[in-house]
Amino acid sequence: MAGLPSRHRSLFLLLGVVLLQVLLLAVQIKRDSQGRLLRVWTVSAVSPVERSGAWGVGKVRDAWRHYFALSDTARQNEQLRRENGELKLEIMQLQGKSAEADRLAALLNFKQKQNKVPMVVARVIGSSADPNSNVLYIDQGQRDGIRKNMGVITPEGVVGKVMEAYRDASQVLVVTDRDSGVGAMIADSRIQSPVGGTGEPLLNMKYVGNDDEVAVGSRVVTSGMDRIFPKDLPVGVITQVKQGGQYKQIRVKPSANLEKLEEVIVLLTTDPVVLKQEPPPAESSSTAPAKVPSGSATQPTSAANATKPSDKRP
Amino acid sequence: MNETYDLRVGESHIEVHKFHGGTILLSLLIAVVLQSFLPVYIAKAGMLDLPLLITIYFGLSRRNPSTGLLLGTIIGLLQDSLSKTPLGLFGIAKTIIGYLASSIGARLDTEHPAARFALTGAFFVLHQGIVILIQKLLLAQPQPWFTMRLLVACLVNATLGVFLYYLLDRFRKS
Repeated sequence: MAGLPSRHRSLFLLLGVVLLQVLLLAVQIKRDSQGRLLRVWTVSAVSPVERSGAWGVGKVRDAWRHYFALSDTARQNEQLRRENGELKLEIMQLQGKSAEADRLAALLNFKQKQNKVPMVVARVIGSSADPNSNVLYIDQGQRDGIRKNMGVITPEGVVGKVMEAYRDASQVLVVTDRDSGVGAMIADSRIQSPVGGTGEPLLNMKYVGNDDEVAVGSRVVTSGMDRIFPKDLPVGVITQVKQGGQYKQIRVKPSANLEKLEEVIVLLTTDPVVLKQEPPPAESSSTAPAKVPSGSATQPTSAANATKPSDKRP
Repeated sequence: MNETYDLRVGESHIEVHKFHGGTILLSLLIAVVLQSFLPVYIAKAGMLDLPLLITIYFGLSRRNPSTGLLLGTIIGLLQDSLSKTPLGLFGIAKTIIGYLASSIGARLDTEHPAARFALTGAFFVLHQGIVILIQKLLLAQPQPWFTMRLLVACLVNATLGVFLYYLLDRFRKS
């Protein structure tokens, strides 16, 4: 470099640096490695900052809600009192219905059974630095029992899977990412087909033949075939069906609110999880599976602590 | 040490700016952390490319191609580390942008907001072009060349860039 004219020196440096990075890319593709060491360093350095940021945002939000956003509290208070009276009356009516009592009893029973599924609640502390991919970072990692390929859900439905687990944080590939996929089926007809991300808010159901009957509004649930998610977890609702070349073009709106995720549940096992299914009443058969994580989500940490994956494995 | 000095290109005098200690490093880290942190609370913030804006600004200000491309490399690799992309995708793109920004900064006066808006928009499009090209050629991941989202993101980033650069100008050594 010393013998080069100074105006060409930076050009050679540019070519050298670019070439090195092209080689780095080639090595990663060839060996299927992702430069784990550099990622571990960066994530380890950034995740405490993000964790503090999430904590700070939470505090500021709480302070705002509890102190500053109280300007019309008196009016809201009066309104809430009125609503409270109405709700009390409504509760009394509801309590008189034996059918409702039966349903609550069944739910309670169901909740107790799901406590055996190991899971842990994690806070979302960051997202991908790449605007074109849908990746999240959560504040629980290997120390909490999280491993690669574990399923991530919310009470509303599937979120994604753990792509990489670090010591105190994990990277989650969200179902809407282009590279993401979930084994799924249509709840009513039980037609199975993977659902994949498109990089946009809606998902794509890929291999449903043109001859199959598919209705807009049908629920899509997990099939359990991917061996990541338990069967019958809600994935989304079909919003659009079009005839395609060989397969229908089906768009699915995710059940989970993926744009506003703050807390998620990680299923602490990569073994197939079978959630115990209650024989639901005929009219609510399609909604029962949607309650699966919600029951566990109320005490997920204790559930997780009860049966860590390490306890189950040889 | 001189705090600022002039590059003489033909008849024009272009000032090379220096910054208070740690400004570049701190800006770089804040940009990478915010890029990863903001979209959790504001979904639309995913459209921003703060590391790119930082690369462009310091490239245009420092006007040294070697510094510009190395800064682009570091910030790009950090961004790759916090993404699912292979290491080097954003690294290469931002290396080239850092080099070009520094080279252009050494030839043009880029202090006017209109010039900054246009340059940031152009660099954003070029950056996306390089990323897509690498994805197509090296990673076999076909991506569309143009989307409406890209156009909107270009305008948003260029607009934000004008204000961000104005803010960063405060940290220059006078």
